[in-house]
Amino acid sequence: MSGPSFLPLAFTVFTPLVGIILLALMRTLALAGWINLALAVVEFLASLVMAWGVMEQGTLLAHGFQIDSFNVYLVVLTTFVGLTTAIFSRPYMAEVCAQGRITRQRMQLYHSMFQGFQFTMLLALTTDNLGVLWVAVEGATLATVLLVSLYRTPESVEAAWKYFILCGVGIALALFGTVLVYFAAQQVLADPENGLTWSVLYAHARELHPTVMAIAIVFLLVGYGTKVGLVPMHFWLPDAHSEGPTPVSAVLSGLLLNVALYAVVRFKMLADGALAASTMPQVAGHLMMGFGLVSFLVAVLSLQRQRDIKRMFSYSSIEHMGLMTFAFGMGGPLATFAALLHMLVHSLTKSAIFITVGHASHIAGTQSIERIRGLIRTQPSVGWGLLLGVAAIAGFPPFGIFTSEFLVLSATMQSWPWLTMLLLTGLVTAFAGLFRNIHPMVYGAVPEGQVAVRANMLPIMVHMALVLWLGLAIPGFLSGWLNEVTLLISGKGML
Amino acid sequence: MNLTQLPLLEQAVFVIAALALMASFALLAQTRLTASIHSFAWQGASVALVTALVASINGIHHLYLSALLTLALKSLVIPWMLHRLVRRLEMEQQVESITHPALVVLTGAALVIFAYWVALPIERLEMAGTRNIIAVSLSIVLLGLWMMIARHQVVAQVLGFMSMENGLFLAAVASTRGMPLVVELGVAFDVLVAAVLFGVFFFHIHESIESLDVDRLNRLTEQEQQP
Repeated sequence: MSGPSFLPLAFTVFTPLVGIILLALMRTLALAGWINLALAVVEFLASLVMAWGVMEQGTLLAHGFQIDSFNVYLVVLTTFVGLTTAIFSRPYMAEVCAQGRITRQRMQLYHSMFQGFQFTMLLALTTDNLGVLWVAVEGATLATVLLVSLYRTPESVEAAWKYFILCGVGIALALFGTVLVYFAAQQVLADPENGLTWSVLYAHARELHPTVMAIAIVFLLVGYGTKVGLVPMHFWLPDAHSEGPTPVSAVLSGLLLNVALYAVVRFKMLADGALAASTMPQVAGHLMMGFGLVSFLVAVLSLQRQRDIKRMFSYSSIEHMGLMTFAFGMGGPLATFAALLHMLVHSLTKSAIFITVGHASHIAGTQSIERIRGLIRTQPSVGWGLLLGVAAIAGFPPFGIFTSEFLVLSATMQSWPWLTMLLLTGLVTAFAGLFRNIHPMVYGAVPEGQVAVRANMLPIMVHMALVLWLGLAIPGFLSGWLNEVTLLISGKGML
Repeated sequence: MNLTQLPLLEQAVFVIAALALMASFALLAQTRLTASIHSFAWQGASVALVTALVASINGIHHLYLSALLTLALKSLVIPWMLHRLVRRLEMEQQVESITHPALVVLTGAALVIFAYWVALPIERLEMAGTRNIIAVSLSIVLLGLWMMIARHQVVAQVLGFMSMENGLFLAAVASTRGMPLVVELGVAFDVLVAAVLFGVFFFHIHESIESLDVDRLNRLTEQEQQP
């Protein structure tokens, strides 16, 4: 077997599996935090070695795993955000535990399931088998549902129940879609065992039965779309993000939504191939555009009236996922490239924002927007962090989100000019809503007795520096990967 | 091809799949919890039987394993767990009132027709039975979904969820002769974990709202009033 070695990939994916068991048994909580961090470091380093191998030698295809230029950067992103969140979560959760909000047993559960979530995310990204992809995405729900209800308040139990039921139903529809794809594959493939292997299916995409694939893509889009947070299946998302502990919100928003969208795009590639010769070649793309645009607009409007800071940012996540879905749906090299870049910069920025919000709500002792005031005087680092984060997420230059949103807008201008106005209005409205709320939180008068907390700003600074870097110059290897994926998805390269 | 021209065993597959669909309707209209759990167990058993029949018709040995797994999980372990939970929460005698029972069942019937309509284009693939089975399994999935919407009791919602899984499994087995083994094991594992988590949640919900009626899970609304 030529090509890159399998070993770094195995280390990346299976380290968290070891972590689940190890941390579930670990009774010394202080040590468990450090072990969680150490595991995250191992995962990150292994994924870097793996990415290096893929960069040098090209696609890796072995033992049912597949790493091509589409998922390689998402794997590195996942382990990286996992690492920075682990750095943040160690002192943060220790503080929460010291305050008596959660018991020691639940702390153990938290660490174990943090790794469990990492495992399912990495498995979903790296597997070549669409069935295993489904199992992993469902596994991610199961791993995080108890984390959402970690505080055991009536609100958090309700949020977790909603999350469980809605995502469970959604993902069940996705399984029906997967069964239909398997059914279509059996009509064309000689060996039915390969009927769910994405790389084999992709090679035979043109022979798959178009009608079956058209029905399948509807189920898949609605199913995985529930996890992406597309309207009208989005109701779980703000609840789960606002009631769960902050590190969980950071990884949910930064990673889970991306992985679900990744699944949708993989299936879209198959459906586009199958439907290319039929009477409705664009059906998958148009569906995605519709869902994406509606999600974007609904989220922009809902964002305006939120009173909980984490709810507000979770609507912002729906807005950005809607924009990406729209861009992927539009197809074309420019839009696809923009969407891929947007996945990267959004998840870096959003996880940084959630981490900052965690510190801010510890300072103020509440998540209510009306009662968080004067952050920049109390603790300048948190205040500035929040301000810069929001500037980045709202699409200010020179941050990376400006670049990707600009590309999406140009692509829309090219192929659907009349939709550009809707997008622009939406972006401006979102910006206005965010700043109206952020301004008093950062600059307002300091409430009496508000003191600074111990905050490790390193993860936030690294994330923001990366987003800034991506806004100014995209490194050659990354743009090479993004370009290759663009070629794979839209049939034409961007560069 | 006419259904009566099929070999007897394949006809049996259809009959038993239809039984699973009937169990779905029983679930939908049944207001007593213990009786609902029994209907669910029967549905699991019929899906397991379909799996075993498909295995023997096509001589696929790994499907026997799936059939055994389904029988154990869907018609024994999960119903037993639910039964125990219902007993521990002292709800055996509880009867849920459905607001418009006739409307609920009629909507269910409409969903079955809709499922057949969705499966219509697949008919052209010239596999007589497939369309029927896909339509039946889609009906079970949609009825499970409808049950989760129409019923306000947490246990009933869980039964709806699990019967959706039954429908999916039926689709996989009967239309494609079973997914690859690794996928089937993964799905079974997920279902088992989900069942355990549901049990955990019964207690959490019971603790936090002192009832298992989801209508009372209404603290999180869009305009949240801070105390």
